[in-house]
Amino acid sequence: MSEQKPVVIEANPWTELRQFTDARIALGRVGSSLPTDEVLKFGLAHAMARDAVHAALEPTSLDASLASLGLKPVWIRSRAPDRASYLLRPDLGRTLADDCEPDLRACKGPFDVVLVLADGLSAIAAQAHGAPLLQALMAHLHPAWRVAPLIVATQARVALGDDIGEALAARLVVMLIGERPGLSSPDSLGAYLTFNPRRGRSDAERNCISNIRPAGLSYAEAARKIGWLMGEALMRQITGVELKDDSDMPALARPVAPERLSPSAGGD
Amino acid sequence: MSYAHTINGSGYRFADLKTLLAKASPARSGDYLAGIGAASAVERMAARLCLAEVTLAEIVNNPLIPYESDEVTRLICDRHAVSAFAEIAHLTVGDFRNWLLLESTDEATLARIAPAVTPEIAAAVSKLMRNQDLILVARKCRVITRFRNTIGLPGRLAVRLQPNHPTDDVKGVAASILDGLLYGSGDAVIGINPASDSLPVLNGLWRMVDEVIQRFEVPTQSCVLTHVTSQIKAMEAGAPIDLVFQSVAGTEAANQSFGITLAMLKEAHEAALSLKRGTVGDNVMYFETGQGSALSANAHHGVDQQTCEARAYAVAREFRPLLVNTVVGFIGPEYLYDGKQIIRAGLEDHFCGKLMGVPLGCDVCYTNHAEADQDDMDNLLTVLAAAGVTYIMGIPGADDIMLNYQSTSFHDALYLREAFGLKHAPEFEAWLERMKLLNAAGRLQSLGPRHPLLTALTDMTHAA
Repeated sequence: MSEQKPVVIEANPWTELRQFTDARIALGRVGSSLPTDEVLKFGLAHAMARDAVHAALEPTSLDASLASLGLKPVWIRSRAPDRASYLLRPDLGRTLADDCEPDLRACKGPFDVVLVLADGLSAIAAQAHGAPLLQALMAHLHPAWRVAPLIVATQARVALGDDIGEALAARLVVMLIGERPGLSSPDSLGAYLTFNPRRGRSDAERNCISNIRPAGLSYAEAARKIGWLMGEALMRQITGVELKDDSDMPALARPVAPERLSPSAGGD
Repeated sequence: MSYAHTINGSGYRFADLKTLLAKASPARSGDYLAGIGAASAVERMAARLCLAEVTLAEIVNNPLIPYESDEVTRLICDRHAVSAFAEIAHLTVGDFRNWLLLESTDEATLARIAPAVTPEIAAAVSKLMRNQDLILVARKCRVITRFRNTIGLPGRLAVRLQPNHPTDDVKGVAASILDGLLYGSGDAVIGINPASDSLPVLNGLWRMVDEVIQRFEVPTQSCVLTHVTSQIKAMEAGAPIDLVFQSVAGTEAANQSFGITLAMLKEAHEAALSLKRGTVGDNVMYFETGQGSALSANAHHGVDQQTCEARAYAVAREFRPLLVNTVVGFIGPEYLYDGKQIIRAGLEDHFCGKLMGVPLGCDVCYTNHAEADQDDMDNLLTVLAAAGVTYIMGIPGADDIMLNYQSTSFHDALYLREAFGLKHAPEFEAWLERMKLLNAAGRLQSLGPRHPLLTALTDMTHAA
């Protein structure tokens, strides 16, 4: 029997530089290619992101965790009948299903604020972080504000909040929505604030806080920022590019570069 | 004028040229989102059969978006090389495909007619071409550009090193640059997408990359992909800017949504030229494009997304860019649904760009909500290499942690070099040899922890 030689991976002697970045540096190579364990790690990360895109909100457990906060949500859906249509037709995800409108009208506005928890492109983000974020956010709601019942929205894009806000006669809608999953962040929640929500509002008329998840922006910190923006929006009667987030300095890092062609960034 | 075609007694009518082009286009979600895609497979073929009979002269004489209302149309018409066009004007689109595939239609012929090829001509003929046609014709086109090295030579492939970091942390960016250079990537450009648009942050990035390039005499160029107006300001303030970047689209209204006009690009181009930072050439612009951008800005005028994309190359061509990049799968499944659509779009874009004389590279990429995976990217990489793509992206592990999408890696570039025998840009190759990163066979050397470049770059990263 011949002696078996181990397969030698060409390691990269700069792994210590990983302290400066989460980028996949110093992966090593076999010939020109990635070592097997790196191929599998990448495959797992992609699988998690894919599952996040196609997962649905689980009503029983979500209702239970919201009930423990004293919240009894109204469930509504967009006009996108399923995930495939949702992905292909963003316009359907932005509009309210016809039979949901009476449920909202029955809520008897007007309101100052409506909070919406939505699946967006990552239901697992909404499922995992919705209740704890709402819990943190409740401390930042001014007692004088008329707050609408919590809305949970499915097959939802950011702009669905405009229809919801309009139907409820709300002055401000805060959409907490699952963001497009990244390879290292399949469960990121975004918060979009729109003053005087009406169908046809543009993204320039919204404020966004992104990357809300334990490994990113914490619940407490996100709630503080959202609370600050809600107060400013209601007082100055505006959201969007003219309302800068001065809740602290420096300003928030954005999730995507402003110069990249990106109509589908974030939860939209 | 309207077009009509009859198949087995059924008549198909197309209201105008842009409708005909849209219906003839291979199926993709963006054209359906716009409501302009073919209603059936047979209608698509009827449109193609009809389009095959249209002459190139007729296409040139019937602008899809009116001359009066769109500055991109004016650019296309005003810059059209009328004398070169005489050679092909009489051809129908169908015969133009035949002519392109002739062996006698060689590199010199294609270079001669490139300025006569309007975006609409390139888009029209591509709609009658199979993937293998797009590959075969594109690989005959030679587009060579220069700044500190020579991009686009036969048998060569360059790589854009894309060292993005979610908070623009200079050490984080530097660590990815080190990784890329030691993997032999970065000859196309070291190009950073910043998360921030604050000038002090951008300045820090420009200076750090410039220091790497100067100190180690790397024959390459840098770019920070921020808005063109910020780059003009930064140049005035003395920032070390090699290439000026901008996203461009194929209609005036779509460019407006990016906050740009052709006049702005001209100003930036002149400013960058005046810095005279190139050593072997003066191609100073870097443009990015992508199918669907006009529709997403609601600025497509009923023109299909592939034709809009080809029009963006007319914008790019005007400014003699070093590199143009179609970011093909970034836009999402509502424009390009799956691997099949992304692969087709990548090949179309590369073909149209090269036929028009533009140095086209491709960000072979996808987002997690598209029906695509790394195998689709391997396929697109491979067919683009067969087509002679100018350059691809190199990102650590193909995972862009700032833009949250998957592209191609330094390893992917090595794969293409190995599978196709492709070499680096010659000046960069010589540098890699000087730095003892390549062995005699042109492959990466095994690197010990005391390799001088590794040590020096590591020290720089810690000090950044």
